[in-house]
Amino acid sequence: MTKENYFSKDELKRFGTITEFQETMGNKFFDWYGEVMKEGALTVREKALIALAVAHATQCPYCIDAYSSACLKHGADEEQMMEAVHVAAAIRAGTSLVYSVQMMDHVKKLSM
Amino acid sequence: MSIHQKSKSLATLGNELASTFIQLEVLNGHHVIEAKFPRFKEKVTALGFDPLTPTGIEIFQINIGKLCNQTCAHCHVDAGPSRKDEVMSKAHLEKCLEIIGATPSIQTVDITGGAPEMNQHFRWFVEQLSQTGKKITDRCNLTIIVSNPKYHDLPEFFARHRVNVVSSLPYFTKSRTDAQRGDGVFDDSIKALLMLNAVGYGQEGTGLELDLVYNPTGAFLPGSQVSLEGQFKQQLLHRYSIVFNQLYCITNLPISRFLDYLLQSGNYEDYMQELVSAFNPATVPGLMCRNTISVSWDGFLYDCDFNQMLDVKVEPAHTRHLDSFDLDALNSRSILLNQHCYGCTAGAGSSCGGAIK
Repeated sequence: MTKENYFSKDELKRFGTITEFQETMGNKFFDWYGEVMKEGALTVREKALIALAVAHATQCPYCIDAYSSACLKHGADEEQMMEAVHVAAAIRAGTSLVYSVQMMDHVKKLSM
Repeated sequence: MSIHQKSKSLATLGNELASTFIQLEVLNGHHVIEAKFPRFKEKVTALGFDPLTPTGIEIFQINIGKLCNQTCAHCHVDAGPSRKDEVMSKAHLEKCLEIIGATPSIQTVDITGGAPEMNQHFRWFVEQLSQTGKKITDRCNLTIIVSNPKYHDLPEFFARHRVNVVSSLPYFTKSRTDAQRGDGVFDDSIKALLMLNAVGYGQEGTGLELDLVYNPTGAFLPGSQVSLEGQFKQQLLHRYSIVFNQLYCITNLPISRFLDYLLQSGNYEDYMQELVSAFNPATVPGLMCRNTISVSWDGFLYDCDFNQMLDVKVEPAHTRHLDSFDLDALNSRSILLNQHCYGCTAGAGSSCGGAIK
């Protein structure tokens, strides 16, 4: 099978077919996924915002579409959604910057 | 502040979707767009509802006019200030009173529009209804209360007649609300809610019920009613000291102006697919068309408000009007279904009283 693009919206709709090659693990994943996203100690709106932030951190186009919709559905507004994305971006930036301590230590060790 | 309208009615714009025939053609994949979805009727038939039948008329819903001070972007009635001639006459309202009085199964009279308060006979009608002992619901758009001094005393009038006020507020922020309902609507809605609260609406112990209606402000389905109600209560109390009783989550059905929006924005196929995918068989027994009869401004009868806006009148034909109201025939009728009905069965389901399950 050939296709023009690596990412296609249609693939998300066929996510469920991953059980075709590994049914047991696939079904366990979907059960677990469903359980995780249910209302619990966190609301479904809070979980959707977390998922939206993670989607941006993992840069998954499927998840960005899916959780932008989920955020709207569960009552999050544009401001909250963008703040969630900023949290993801800030943590990613911080992850890079915190390694600079290692860089500084190494530089200091080698320097007079 | 005056409202800056989002749009004009489809009828005023000369939009072909002003024709209910064209709307039904679109929904059935025969016009504009070729997308075809499983037949809703077949889904319901497969569940053993062949045909879908009423459980009795408990709610008598009357659209007393398409005249409105707003022209909301999603309005399934295509209501607006231009629809001055489509308002229920006193003679038809009197006929409604006669039927309501003679039909013990009717528990609730649900008055809707347009802005029902703009019908010149509205107050007289509510006064008459309040003597019947039936529950009275008024679907109030809120802004009408502050739109003109002659409506400023509506909160006191509603309270005097123990009217259940059901009001649209699509979100607890200005931008989302005004995007759907017109610039200035949110601020006026907040003022009106404070006026309703001031006379006791939504306040514990008064028995004056104030319910809000949440419609998604775009091409997505409503989330959990319980969860959204919690957010609305918290935010409205925190931001504006406003209280209310219940939040009703209502799915936007793909008809009239919302259908036009879906087609114009390129969201029609995805939205229909989402409705179809979210079909929930558990909602079917509780569909509102089973315990409601819907009456149009000119006295015709429909299975629901949405069928009314698509001009799909009840079967059998001999009881299609107030003047030929036949309770036995209506109670044994077959409810008429079409593709828009997917909107009432998606997810937790949707009705004029909010989620079904």
